Amino acid sequence: MPAAESYPDELRYHSEHDWARVDGDEATLGVTWFAQDALGELVHYEAPEAGSTVTKDASYGEVESVKAVSDIIAPLSGEVLEVNAKVVDEPETVNDDPYGEGWLIRIRMSDPGEIDSLMDADAYRAHVAEQ
Amino acid sequence: MEATLRRTPLFDRHVALGARMVPFAGYEMPVQYEGVIEEHKAVRTDAGAFDVSHMGEIHVDGPTAQAFLQEMLSNDIDRVEDGHAQYTLLTNESGGIVDDLIAYRLGLGQFYLVVNASNREPVFTWLKELEPRGCEVRDASDEYGLVAVQGPRSLERLGLPDAPAFTHAMGELDGIEVMIARTGYTGEAGVELCCAEDDAGELWDAVMARGVTPCGLGARDTLRLEVCYPLHGNDITPETDAISAGLGWACALDTEFTGVDVLRRIKEEGPRRKLAPFVMEERGVPRQGMPIEGGGEVTSGTHSPMLDVGIGMGYVPSALASADTELVIDVRGKPRRARVVKKPIYRKET
Repeated sequence: MPAAESYPDELRYHSEHDWARVDGDEATLGVTWFAQDALGELVHYEAPEAGSTVTKDASYGEVESVKAVSDIIAPLSGEVLEVNAKVVDEPETVNDDPYGEGWLIRIRMSDPGEIDSLMDADAYRAHVAEQ
Repeated sequence: MEATLRRTPLFDRHVALGARMVPFAGYEMPVQYEGVIEEHKAVRTDAGAFDVSHMGEIHVDGPTAQAFLQEMLSNDIDRVEDGHAQYTLLTNESGGIVDDLIAYRLGLGQFYLVVNASNREPVFTWLKELEPRGCEVRDASDEYGLVAVQGPRSLERLGLPDAPAFTHAMGELDGIEVMIARTGYTGEAGVELCCAEDDAGELWDAVMARGVTPCGLGARDTLRLEVCYPLHGNDITPETDAISAGLGWACALDTEFTGVDVLRRIKEEGPRRKLAPFVMEERGVPRQGMPIEGGGEVTSGTHSPMLDVGIGMGYVPSALASADTELVIDVRGKPRRARVVKKPIYRKET
């Protein structure tokens, strides 16, 4: 079942429709409800390698639906600690649970100061409303 | 330049059903309602309905109409009887494909062509300019609504008797007068229903009331690609010929039509490249325009909802076009393996 629209308050957001859940010097990253809804049911997740680095505002992978492909933009910089293998095998997990089981990668942040440049949930909701 | 998009007579119904509307061939069309994969599976297992009112309808009538179409179209129209239809091509001087279409014979000297939406103007202009005495070519695209109902349960849901593929007859569905044609673009049994434009809304409502799933252009594309039906503009164009595209079966090379000499020569010499269907053997979704190693290019690609894997078609050198040949596709910079398969890519288990 596709998830209902939501933007959890505890997450930080990037304007390219990506979220970050910060925990100490680590962060879990994924795409927002808005992003998965725009794409439709996902059929492919082109994931980065564990150990590679991701750079804020740059693409670290791709998600694809039947009809479209979209770059995934990193909201924060760091080293990839883990890739969500469940989403590689079952990309539709992102549609079902974009902020939970549908997370994409976990990173160790290289510049935690970048967090301040991200939007909070209210700012992101306003951003989505303008789309 | 942004032109105003046209709307089919069913536009309001699509919006009311929550469809996502996109520009296509100058029309605002539904790409999906609930989701491409669900809609696709509805057509493969039950029945789905598509608004195809954007397609072009051209009447060609008169005592010289049949001889004219025989000269214009690749297939042998003389073999089409009243109540029958034929898949055929409008070809140019170099054997390229101006459009692929279905020609219906309504009666002696009465033909009705259903052409691709994006080719309505070029096809009409092409035929109109060459129209001989004793024949009238008329663009009737705005006079009709067209609804395709496709899937193994489509006839049962519509309460229609079975009939052979590529036949048609006038009939009635829940009181609405329709031309019922056993044609489609999904590889499933089904019909295409043509009605007066003013009746289109009522026809759509009647089809919906019979439990048919509304389907958008997204599913239409995945369905046709699974069964290797070419899409004009992607797989076949005025620059590609019918022989290389694997459409030699729709060309009566013993008849005279535009570009036939070129096609005869390509057939005799063997095409330099061929349109090959393939299935991905590694992760990744092939897309139009991706290079194929060895001098090929993907012309259509998607994720197959039935096979749950990337599939596509593309032109490759003839040496690489036979079934079981391994291809390497450049998926945005990453080489991914695929394998050429026989048509169709998806075949129902029987």
